[in-house]
Amino acid sequence: MPLLDVRDLRVEFPTRHGVLTALHDVDFTVDRGERLGIVGESGAGKSVAAFAILNLISRPGHIAGGSILFEGQNLTRLSIHQMRRVRGNRISMIFQDPMMTLNPVLTIGTQMVETLKAHRKIGDAEARRIAATRLGEVKIPSPDKRLDSYPHELSGGMRQRVVIAIALLTEPALIIADEPTTALDVTIQAEIMSLMLDLCKTHGVGLILITHDLAVVSQVTQRVVVLYAGRVVETGKTARVVQDPVHPYTRGLLAALPGEGTAGARLNQIRGSMPPLTAVPAGCPFHPRCDHVQDSCRAALPALEDLDGHRVRCTRARDLASGVAA
Amino acid sequence: MTPTAATTTTMTSPAPARDRVLVEARAIRKVFDLGSHFLERTRREVKALNDVSITIRRGESFCLVGESGCGKSTLARVMMGLLPPSSGEVHFDGTRIDGLRHKARKPFHRRMQMIFQNPYASLNPRRTVQQTLEEPLRFHRPDLSDAEVKAKVEAVMVSVGNDPSWGTRYPHEFSGGQRQRISIARALMVDPEFVVADEPISALDVSIQAQVLNVMMDARDQRDLTYLFITHDLSVVRHFGTRVGVMYLGSLCELAETKTLFANPRHPYTRLLLSAIPRVSTEEMKPPGLPGEVPSAMNLPSGCVFHDRCPLAEARCSVDVPAPLPQDDGTLVACHAVEEGRG
Amino acid sequence: MNWIATRMTAFLGSDVLYRFRRDPVAMAAFAVMAAFVLAAMLAPWLSSMNPHDPAQIDIMNSEIPPVWQAGGEGAFPLGTDIQGRDMLSAILYGLRISIIIGVFAVMVQMTLGVVIGLVSGYMGGKVDAFFMRLADIQLAMSTLMLAIVALAVFKAAFGADLYEDLAIVMLILVIGFAEWPQYARTIRASVLAEKKKEYVDAARVIGLSAPVIMARHILPNTLSPLLVISTVQVANAIINEAALSFLGLGMPVTMPSLGSLISAGFEYILSGAWWITTFPSIALISLILAINLLGDWLRDVLNPRLFKG
Repeated sequence: MPLLDVRDLRVEFPTRHGVLTALHDVDFTVDRGERLGIVGESGAGKSVAAFAILNLISRPGHIAGGSILFEGQNLTRLSIHQMRRVRGNRISMIFQDPMMTLNPVLTIGTQMVETLKAHRKIGDAEARRIAATRLGEVKIPSPDKRLDSYPHELSGGMRQRVVIAIALLTEPALIIADEPTTALDVTIQAEIMSLMLDLCKTHGVGLILITHDLAVVSQVTQRVVVLYAGRVVETGKTARVVQDPVHPYTRGLLAALPGEGTAGARLNQIRGSMPPLTAVPAGCPFHPRCDHVQDSCRAALPALEDLDGHRVRCTRARDLASGVAA
Repeated sequence: MTPTAATTTTMTSPAPARDRVLVEARAIRKVFDLGSHFLERTRREVKALNDVSITIRRGESFCLVGESGCGKSTLARVMMGLLPPSSGEVHFDGTRIDGLRHKARKPFHRRMQMIFQNPYASLNPRRTVQQTLEEPLRFHRPDLSDAEVKAKVEAVMVSVGNDPSWGTRYPHEFSGGQRQRISIARALMVDPEFVVADEPISALDVSIQAQVLNVMMDARDQRDLTYLFITHDLSVVRHFGTRVGVMYLGSLCELAETKTLFANPRHPYTRLLLSAIPRVSTEEMKPPGLPGEVPSAMNLPSGCVFHDRCPLAEARCSVDVPAPLPQDDGTLVACHAVEEGRG
Repeated sequence: MNWIATRMTAFLGSDVLYRFRRDPVAMAAFAVMAAFVLAAMLAPWLSSMNPHDPAQIDIMNSEIPPVWQAGGEGAFPLGTDIQGRDMLSAILYGLRISIIIGVFAVMVQMTLGVVIGLVSGYMGGKVDAFFMRLADIQLAMSTLMLAIVALAVFKAAFGADLYEDLAIVMLILVIGFAEWPQYARTIRASVLAEKKKEYVDAARVIGLSAPVIMARHILPNTLSPLLVISTVQVANAIINEAALSFLGLGMPVTMPSLGSLISAGFEYILSGAWWITTFPSIALISLILAINLLGDWLRDVLNPRLFKG
């Protein structure tokens, strides 16, 4: 049984213009210790998925259907009280902005001790010792001294390390990281991501990495879900998706990256932009931007086609995979 | 415009003109005074630029790369006249332009334009697209009739791939990529020779970045533009740039032809940056060569600003500030180790 | 005309109107305020007499109680005051004066405050320091104190007769000058926020001059907070005028505002003629309450956008 099993997840936001569906029947699973990437552009619904798992969708948005099974319980059915025992304990969250997690007026030590004591019955000294160990694991120099620092005394990269240390404190089974390195510089991004990769492996923690960055996903995750306009359009083993993408959208994304051999040439762009949730076209949501569009694409939403483990939401998935249509 | 037409433009313009220096920053220093803390005697200062010189030749796409706080945006702003330099000079086509009074500067405002990072903040939310685009033209070309202005707006909108019927709408009705193209159109309205682009694609989604980069390259080919392109993303530099300046903590580390820089990076910091370029691959993420982070520009390391992270640092590096020295192939490298042949 | 039509459809479909229609408090407050403003504008037609005209006042009608009390008369629904003026007419005319003073005083404040705030925020440095210290000094003195001194000096220097003729103008100017710092500070704060945005840099790159950038680019983006403080400031100005009149430094008894009516009736409150002071008070309080509720609602609706930019 997978650690996390999200099935037919549907999230809706009622507005005065009608109900907006941010996620349509989204399925994915994460096994114990597995690293899953959720990729998409802004507005594709990737952060909504993370918030839905933690039951943090802000009102009036709500989960309108589907189930989220985690360690045998359906998270959509838990009470606020029960959810609190899961969130921040069995599932940790890392946000893009470390200051979403860190309280600017408390020392890092205080915050870590409080987090620990909220979920476990231990003394202050013991909690502090665990906190220092965790800070050491995220490669923060002189962790004992750092416990008495305030967040503003640390650089952006150090703060994100502290957030990772806090996420690991309660020995969770799953960490959800929402664009954890987007705000950081490239050299620090590489350091932090490789650190997270290491920690997930050594602690056997599952990871859901939410990002728009295909390069990061390709080097960190084992499986990937590509979202477009609130729907899964392609999912499978990361290596296979980035090396041999089938859906025209995934292909377009990868082809648009400036590579080593392309200097000076025009880049392969996907025309147009992802529609807002208020104006998702009928049929395949990608059809107005697709080079392989057929009449059937405009008529009906394609189902997720299974190409032995690699699933693609495209009517021409088999043609594209075998190279007939390419 | 087709590629053929672009080649014609290049061929008809005389070759020496292309090598002429168009913009030059000479020994620019910029210090931001943060004022003194009420308990401390010392004034707090950020040394954002320490003696940086670059020359940009006509027709070039000069890229400035570096991590946040390296001063690349500050340098661009000083060159555009948005910030006064603390010392140093900015020259444009042979005229010193820093410190020029409003009237005297006006022709240079027409010849140099800028594209900004954040498409959500760079367009005035209370003005229609038409108003935004007409403004620079009406200011610099008061001789044009209404019909001529409208025709020009339409022509520029089409050239950047925008629908000319967008005029009556407001910026919030557009997506990030569309706004950035409007922003590019605004910069192109007055037919500038030199365009500074400050991280123009880093706020955009992946599929949109390619679109905007293409628009910028088309404009370069059609109008023979000279770019100063500021970015933190080396893969974009490799694609877009003809020459690159690598900056670290307010100093220029290395300045080279793009191909040379990627083939043969000399400065240890350049090597670190190159090792951290994110690329799609099936190999697992590895930490970059060097640990540590950029120190604060409020207390710069003595000597070479990079010495406390540098694997090649020796005693001299923490004392002397290295000067950018020319190498055999014309590359400038500011590093004692390279100078001494230890690099 | 076309432009107006598009703006109207934009407004009718806008978020502000949508939220207004879902908020009963805002709608009630707006209804009350609109009723007061309408009543003030139509005062000459709604009133049975002109309380400013001595010829229409009959001293024989003095201290008639409201119509529902014993001795009340149908011609004077809210009773009469000590001089025999119809209270309803006096309140309607007084409301008119109060609202005129409130609105015009706020216009004076706004003009001063917007100009100073824009210049201060955009220029920064010494100009900014000078105006902001001036604002601090101004705020250190209460509006009432300043107004009392200014009005008392004027009254002493030019005599009570001239003062009565110029009372409205004087009150507008004094209240207007006394409260410019509220505007200047708010505008300055939003100018500082707007100034950092790239569209201002874009305007500078074009080469536009500072006054053009301030007027054409920055000012229009600072209008939402202006709307919010204006509602609160109109209420404040009306209260200040009422307080000054209550102290005998505001509108003369011959041309009473709500404040002077309250003041004039105050001495009779214990001698049985409670209605002279009570009805103008109720009018004043409900007007202020309605404006403030509306101001709060506006702030709630407009503020998130301020931060979203």
